[in-house]
Order: sequence, then structure tokens, then C-alpha cells
Amino acid sequence: MSKTMQLLTARCGKIRPDSVADYIAHGGFSALKKAMNMDPMEIIHEVIDAKLLGRGGASYPAGKKWKQLYEIEGTPKYIVCNADEGEPGTFKDKVLLEKDPLSILEGMAIAGYVFQSHDGYIYIRGEYREIQKLFQAAIDSAVRANYLGKDIMGSGFEFNVHIVSGAGAYICGENSGLLNSIEAQTGRPRVKPPHLAEVGLYSKPTLVNNVESFACVPQILNMGGKAFQELGVEDSGGTKLICLSGNVNHRGTFEVPIGGVTLRDIIFDPEFGGGIPDGKELKAYHLGGQSGPIGFPEQLDTRYDHTSLKKQGLSIGSGAVVVLDDTVCIIDYLKKVSEFFLHESCGKCVPCREGNRQLYMILHKFANGLATEKDFERMERLSFTMATASSCGLGQSATAALDSCLLHRREEFQAHIDGICPVCLNSRKYGDQYAY
Amino acid sequence: MATETLSRERVLEIIEECGGDKEHLLSILIEIQRECRRNYINEASARVVAEKLDIPLVKLYDILTFYAMLETKPRGRYIIEVCNNAPCYVSKSHVMAKFLRKELGINFGETTPDGLFSLQYMPCVGACNIGPVIKIGDKVYGNLNEDRIRKILNELRENAQ
Amino acid sequence: MHIDPNKMVTIKIDGIPVTVPSGTTIMEAARTIGVKIPSLCHHPDLGVRAFCRVCLVEDSWSRRLKTACNNLVDEAGDITTNSPKVRKARKTILELILANHPQDCLHCERNGKCELQTLAAEYNIRGNIFDQVWKPVPRDMNNPALVRDMGKCIRCGRCVEACQAIQTTNAIGYSGRSVDFRITTAFEKPFSESPCVYCGQCVSVCPVGALYEKDDTQRVWDALDDPNKVVVVQTAPAVRVAIGEEFGMERGAIATGKMVSALRRLGFDKVFDTDFSADLTIMEEGHELLDRIKNGGTLPMITSCSPGWVNFVEKTYPDLLPNVSSCKSPQQMFGAIAKTYYADKMGIPRDKMFVVSIMPCIAKKYECQRPEMNASGYQDVDVVLTTRELAKMIRMAGLDFGFLPEEEFDHPLGLGSGAGAIFGTSGGVMEAAIRTVYEVVTGREPESLDFTACRGHEGIKEAQLDLDGTPIKVAITSGLKNARVLMEKIRAGEADYQFIEVMCCPGGCVGGGGQPFRTTAAIREHRMDGLYQVDKNQPIRQSHKNPDIQTLYSEFLGQPNSHLAHELLHTSYQDRSKH
Repeated sequence: MSKTMQLLTARCGKIRPDSVADYIAHGGFSALKKAMNMDPMEIIHEVIDAKLLGRGGASYPAGKKWKQLYEIEGTPKYIVCNADEGEPGTFKDKVLLEKDPLSILEGMAIAGYVFQSHDGYIYIRGEYREIQKLFQAAIDSAVRANYLGKDIMGSGFEFNVHIVSGAGAYICGENSGLLNSIEAQTGRPRVKPPHLAEVGLYSKPTLVNNVESFACVPQILNMGGKAFQELGVEDSGGTKLICLSGNVNHRGTFEVPIGGVTLRDIIFDPEFGGGIPDGKELKAYHLGGQSGPIGFPEQLDTRYDHTSLKKQGLSIGSGAVVVLDDTVCIIDYLKKVSEFFLHESCGKCVPCREGNRQLYMILHKFANGLATEKDFERMERLSFTMATASSCGLGQSATAALDSCLLHRREEFQAHIDGICPVCLNSRKYGDQYAY
Repeated sequence: MATETLSRERVLEIIEECGGDKEHLLSILIEIQRECRRNYINEASARVVAEKLDIPLVKLYDILTFYAMLETKPRGRYIIEVCNNAPCYVSKSHVMAKFLRKELGINFGETTPDGLFSLQYMPCVGACNIGPVIKIGDKVYGNLNEDRIRKILNELRENAQ
Repeated sequence: MHIDPNKMVTIKIDGIPVTVPSGTTIMEAARTIGVKIPSLCHHPDLGVRAFCRVCLVEDSWSRRLKTACNNLVDEAGDITTNSPKVRKARKTILELILANHPQDCLHCERNGKCELQTLAAEYNIRGNIFDQVWKPVPRDMNNPALVRDMGKCIRCGRCVEACQAIQTTNAIGYSGRSVDFRITTAFEKPFSESPCVYCGQCVSVCPVGALYEKDDTQRVWDALDDPNKVVVVQTAPAVRVAIGEEFGMERGAIATGKMVSALRRLGFDKVFDTDFSADLTIMEEGHELLDRIKNGGTLPMITSCSPGWVNFVEKTYPDLLPNVSSCKSPQQMFGAIAKTYYADKMGIPRDKMFVVSIMPCIAKKYECQRPEMNASGYQDVDVVLTTRELAKMIRMAGLDFGFLPEEEFDHPLGLGSGAGAIFGTSGGVMEAAIRTVYEVVTGREPESLDFTACRGHEGIKEAQLDLDGTPIKVAITSGLKNARVLMEKIRAGEADYQFIEVMCCPGGCVGGGGQPFRTTAAIREHRMDGLYQVDKNQPIRQSHKNPDIQTLYSEFLGQPNSHLAHELLHTSYQDRSKH
């Protein structure tokens, strides 16, 4: 029996992405029609019942977010779609943006209707230049067909979507950094409070959701919130797009019902990862992006849903699954992760800027066999301070991968102190300088 | 069409073409950079943008130095960007990086003496399923081996003639 | 979250119930029960940035630590300010900062006056678990006023707030990402090639030794030690109500007498008062204003005694230079008179005169070396020292400031009226001018010498007088952000004033860039009060009634705006907008 499910990806590859006719022929815009005959609060209740957890990585309950924004006074309200997709190992928003852009626009328009907002923004990362052009074509088609723009479907309701380009900053995927970037500033996150729902884009109340989250909204309205929830598990409904990469036979995007598969299925089932190539063994897997924890073979039978994973100290995050085989040294890998956060830190707060730098230096020492016992204490202090004192999610979760490895594979670190890591001894990488 | 430096008129045109307002600032800057043969934004162009969009120059400079896609110093005609993030690393990107260094004779962060190629690291561009990945301009190349890389470089060299 | 300042909120801090208005920060609330939560980037007059993360506290409602500077009592549970978690995080943060900071306190400009040093001592830092990563950075020193040593910058962002939000000069800003996150000018130019006007507000708020004035104390020691030089000193009004703070006196305490005594002990041949030349400025500027009103000259006329402000007009509003008064500042008028009238009168060769001024200001260091400031044939003012530098010299000489007797200024350039004294505060120049102009136009004394419409701390003040049918509408402002508002009004043709007073620094010279560190709006208020008290205590409170001024005119200058007065006491400006 197939473990995959084609809900969000049903139209992908089957339609011309910017064709409204194709989209409608495959059930598109029926949710928008339905929504515009409902009370906004009714729609919000459907989203709450659907138990849709944010698909960008933070997994914040979307229904709760919508309800909070609804109760805040102030006009105008803005709808913003986070299409910055910078989390390494994540390429699922790309699939939706490229292959079914109108579903995202439909979700945004429904949100616009709920909040009586007339302007939506989609912030697409600068590296997805061709996708920006394609998305603009989709917007233009929708406007021509009266599903966007002025007087949508003759209702008098107006909703415009503007594309704003990024320019290469992972931190712009952080919602307040993203809003700053739209406002022609640098993408350094804002001081919170006040929160974005109150003081968002141009200081107005704002909704920010991920691409996949918006794509879920038409599905929720079409089948009803309860039905959407029942596709998943009790506290997390619907399907999730997962992205497999690394040392696995089938790399790519797959759609799974939440809780419908285990980690073992994702990595080894021929429908998904198909196992490790070249006869290698699984060493570990990195879930949810660089800011997620690393899981190990002993945890493979965990169900892939938010609560089950959390019990194991793991998380869904963005849906990324990077598979590591036994030719990868965990310390080397952690060094790469640390290098990423060091490079992407906006730099304004001390724990993240200096902490990431020090952490990278310590991991570099481990990688080159120069670390000592004292470095465990350093890492512990850094991990504690960055997690509790950093200004935004980047610093706060930069050490998640490190923490999971210290918990489950402390012996790998010890092996490096003792100079006996088998992977490194086998394939010594010399001449690797500090990045900074 | 890449030119050596952009005239004030051309910069003003680009600002208009890309939307003419602050919301499109990053698109404007990316476009100015792409039209410059050496793939950077010089002070003169920055001043025109700052004046036209009413942004203090020091704040525009912050933007130019904050976003990784923008560069304030001249580079080569083609920027070869190599992803060095974890998923590509696990797919052995460092082997490809080493090969590129040897093939071009330069280190990362440098430009070839003929001004044709600059070598840079870049963060993930969402092509992890075909990693290891390089990007040249807007094009992303994956599933690479030494022959494919050589072919790409030669095509670019011919194109530059 | 709904903030209503009329509503009171009660939370527990360290087990103690605290009731404060809604919208109060945790940091402010803690102060009310005697807890000073430390911070490096917080400043009461600047917008919250929460960069340093030092002010963390534990909140029972959150699993993360919270910064006390921006989190409000409205969203707080039970707060603990000194738990093991807080100490661990704070210590780690301090060590992280110190790991990227030079360890040369003993040679540093801020040794003993550094907020990082103080915090490290308070937190009992005895070593560093982290490796040193600090690398030196070349200092930017090629201007006469300021030094920028970015190697010491801890990226607190206070200077950027001061320059961008408070002054809107936009000379410095943030740049880069990650460990390259830094504070710099556009395109890394030196200050001298940026919009910087040398107001020194950045210096005033810097917690460490990354920004400071050029140290000219050695040049003064050299002059004092030189038997061939006659060294005279002038002191600005705002110095006398701030210098005492450097020696533990009350904020805004009037320390004039001790200041004069200290200057004599240091070896100055004559101790004079800039209040005298402030009176002189009123004479010249008052008559210039009336002349413009009568003869259709460019109006509104704007004051020119603030060199940071003059720099700003030259760089940003050169089209409005005709509006600026041609009068030199009191500092420069003094220098010109000292090296001509005084030197000639006392038979001192002009080239032997050495004029030092003690100023609350850093821009004055730039002003005194402007090529046109040489009416005497020599540089009229040789060296400018800030209030802080004077304090340095007093300490170096081993003087116990509080112990010194009260002494008087010397004659003939040491007598200043009360009008001259209030030059040091925003609104003071205007009030001083009105006290004289009133009598010149109407021939009568005003009913009261206290023109309180000029006083107070609003950003832009307006007042209207009727001088026997001559209406005088005036505006007063301080801080360049407010000045811009008025300049735009003038450009738009909507400024129907006759006279505008602009001070570069918020609050006027009492808040100048050269005043003691940790100046805040609250402390400026005390200094302002001090100056109005000095004014009240003066027997003569109008510039034109100053007998030494009257003598200066009768013996030397002739009339206000006379040919000689123009040669010595007036100047011209340049368009410096290309930088």
C-alpha cells in the first residue's frame, strides 16, 4: 500500500503552472469561491480544527496565529508569504512555487479575505530568479481571470499580490527580518516585543506564513478542517512535504501524511529514500534543516509527526531530511553546520555572533585533533548561553544539532580528542583553514 | 548587456524598470550588479540609488554589505559559486571545490588574472537533490563530475570571446 | 498587548511585589526596588536595540532568559534578576565580548571610566574560558576633532542611534553580517570624508574607548611650560555646571569659582570667560538682525555659534548659508579680541599670545583651526580642550577640586552678564538676544528679563514678541533632527520667523559632545537649571549693560557691525556638500 499521499502535489507536473484554466480544471479556486461565502471567523475555525502547524520550520499553530491577528485592531492588515526557503536541505517550497503557484495565491487570497487585507506580499529569495518571473506570470494570469486584483469574481473584494526579491540572506527567512527586508532595510530581525501580529509590515498588523502553509489553506476549505486533521494525527493535521538529500538513493521531494510513516520508511522504503547507496551504512540523519536535531539509527522507528518526534528530542522543522552514511565524520558535519550559522548570523547580538565564532573554532579543533577536555565545558556554556540569550531563532537553535550529538554520540568527540576517529583516519582532510 | 561601469542615466533607467520604489530595492541592486561587467556595485551607482530612493548613503552601504548576493568590490565576469553547506558537503562538494581550485588556479575569494572567473562559496540554493551544486549567474548545475565542469568552463570561455 | 499608562501592573521581582504603570520595562521596574540590572547597549535617551544581551533576567513565564531593557511588565511573570542561570549567561556573554576586545586597559583613553571595564570588575571576571580572537584595526585620526578606534568597538550601536536617529547626520551606520558586523561610515571612508559634523554625540554615548576626542592636553602643557608664551584661557558657560560632576559634585552644580582657581593653579596667565564674548556676540548679532529686518536682508536669520550646526549647514543645506548669521562664535570672537585688543593693550606681541578654550564641545576643535579664523594674523584660538580634558589636567596636577577656593575671573575679558551665561543651554542665545534687542528697538527695559517662552525642553519652541510695532517671531531648536524640520520649512518658504536659534546638540551645549560621560537628558536638565541660576545670581543680566563690553566698543571697536568689528568678529562660510 502506498505510504505517500498526493494532496499538495496533486497538480504538480500535470498542469501548466501559470494557467488558470488548467488550475481550475484540477479543482483550483473552488476553495476561494467557498471562502468568500463564509464568515471570516468560520474560516478561522476550519484552520484551527485542521490542526495545521506552520510548515516553515517553527511549527506554530496556524489557526492560533490567524485568530490572534483577527482579534487585533488596525488597518490595513498585510498578508505576507515567506518564500525565502534558505534552510539547507529544504527545497519543497521551490516545488510548489514552480509547479503549482496558483495554489499559494489562492491560499493568500483566502487569508486576504479573512483579514480584509488588500495587499499581499510574497518574499521570494533572490537566488530563485527564474521562479520570480514564473510566479509573476501566474499572478498576471490570475488577475486577468479575475481571481486576483480588483473585484475578485465580481465580489468587489480587492486583493493584490506583490513579489519582493531577497538578495542572499538566510536570516531574511526569520519573519521580522523578512519584513525589514521588504521595507528596504537589512534583514536583521526586530526587537520583540512588539510582536509582528501587532506591529508588522510598515508597522501594521501582519500575517506571515510559509508557502506550504498557504498551499494547505485551499485544501482545508475544500475538505473541511476536520477531514484535513484526520489525514494526520490528533495534534497535527494534513500532509507534509519532505525533502531527502545526502547519502540516500532517491533524493527529492515527497509528500507524506503526518504520522503516516516512520523515519525508517522515509530513509529506507523504496517509495521514498530507498536506502543508502554503495552498500554503506546509515550513520545519522539531520532533521528539519540546519537548526534541527540529528537523529540516529536507534531512533528510526519513531513516527514522523510533531509530538512523536519531540518525545525523542527530534523535530519535523522544515521537512528536510539529510542522510549521512558512515563515510561522514560527525564532527566534520557539525563543523559544516556551525560554519553555516556563523556565516548567516546577522551579527547584532553577542551570544550568536561571538558564540557561533567560538563554537566554530572549537569544532575546528576537534576536527583536527587539537581539542581538550576543557572544550566540552566551553561547548556546554556556549550552547546554554546561545539557546537562552540569543535575540532570535537563529542563535537560539544554532546548537540543536550539536546538543543532540553530545547527548547520543559523545564518544565521537572523545575519539577526536584521543585521535582515533576511524572516518578521519581513513580520509584525512588537511589544509582546511578557519572560515573566519 | 554587461558594461564596465554604468552611467547615471542607465542606473536611473534600471530603477524605473525594476519598479521604481523602495520595495524593489534589492531587485534594483541585483540588476545594476548584473549589468556591470565586473559584477559589483560601485560607489557612484550606489549614490544615484541613494539619492533617487531617498535612502541615506550609509544605510544603503549597510544593505550592500549585508546581503550575500551584493558585492561592492569588482570581481570576474563569471562568478562560479560553489555550495558548501551540509547537504552538498555530504554529497562530496569538497572534492569538487578542490578540483575547481586546481582547474582555475585560484583560491576561493579570488579572481583569475584574465578577469574571467571568480570563485566563491555560496549557501544552499535548494538544489540539494542534485548536489553537489554550483551556480554561475542564474543557472544552477548539479550532478557534476570533472568532465561536466570542464565543459561548462570552456563554453563560458568561448562565450566571452 | 494593550498598554495603558493609566493602568497599574503588579509583578514580583526577586520575590518583592512591584507596582508600576503599564508599559514600564522590567529594567525600569527593577530600579524602583533598588536593583540595577546591568547593560552595555542600553541608554535612557536612545531607542532600544537589545544587542548586548547583558541585561538578561529569568521570567517564570518563559523558558528562555529575557532582556530587561525591552520586555515590559505587562508580559512578565515572576522575575529573578540574579539566579544561577542569569549569572552563568551573563558571565559567558561578558567573556565572549572580552574575547574579542583588546586587553590594554592600562593604556586606554577610558581607563577608569569604561562601562565594560566596570562591568567586568563588578562581575568578578578573573580569566576567560574562550580563546582571544581580537585583531587590531587602524584608527581613523585624520581630522582635528575625533578619533575612531574600531578595534575597541563592542557593537553596542549607541553611536549609530545618536548619529542616525537623534542627529540624522547619518555619518555612521551598521555594516556587514556575522563577525564582520561592524559600525562604519559609507564605503569605509574616514570621518573627514563623511557627512560627520564632529558634534561628538557618538563620543558622548560610547561605553568604551572606541570613540573619543583628540587629546590636546599635551599641547596645553607645552604652552604653559613655555616661558615665552602668554597663555590665556576662556571657559564656555556650559563647562562651569558640568566640571564639578567629574569630581563627585552634584549634577549641574555651579563650580565656577573652583574652576577658575584650578585654571590658575595649572599655570594660565589669565583666566577669562567666554561669557564675555557671548555678550559681544549678542551685540554684533542683535544689530545684524535688526539691520536685516530694516533693510530687507535674508530672513529668517539663524544663529552661528554652534560649529557642529555650521558644519551641518555647509554640508547639507548650503543653499541656506545666506540665512546664517555672519557672526563668529563667542569662542572665536574671544580669540580675535584676545590677540588684538588685549595683546596690543598689554603690550604683548601677538605671536606670543596662546589662547586656550575650555569647551563642552568637540566640534570647536575643528572650528578653531578653520583657515579663516585668523583675524589677528595668527590662529585666533590655538587649542580647544573639552570639559573632560580639563578634568584630566586637573587630576594630573594633583589638585583636589572640591578643596579649592572660590576665585574670580580676570579683567578685562572675564566679566560676563547673565545673558552670556545662558548661552550654554538651548533657548539661551535667543533669550539673551531678546534682552538686548528689546531695549535697542523700544528704548525701554523689558518688564521682565526672564523670557520663559525660550526655556524648556521641547524639540522646537516658538515665541512671538511685539517690539513697538516690530513683530519678532522666533524659533528655537536643538539637535539636528529638529533643525532639519526648520530647514525644510525655510526651503519650502513656510518659515515666517525673523530669528532662529539652532544648537547642534540636544538641549544645547550643556549636552555637548565634550561634557562628562554618561550625560543623559535628566542630567542636562540639572545643568540647564544651574545656568539659569548663574544668570539669576549675576548683577548684570543684559549683554549691552556689561561695562567691559561697553569699554571694548568705546576704546576699540567703535560701533556694533563697524568695519573693524566686521574684520575681526564676522566670518563667511563654504558649500561643503560634496563629500
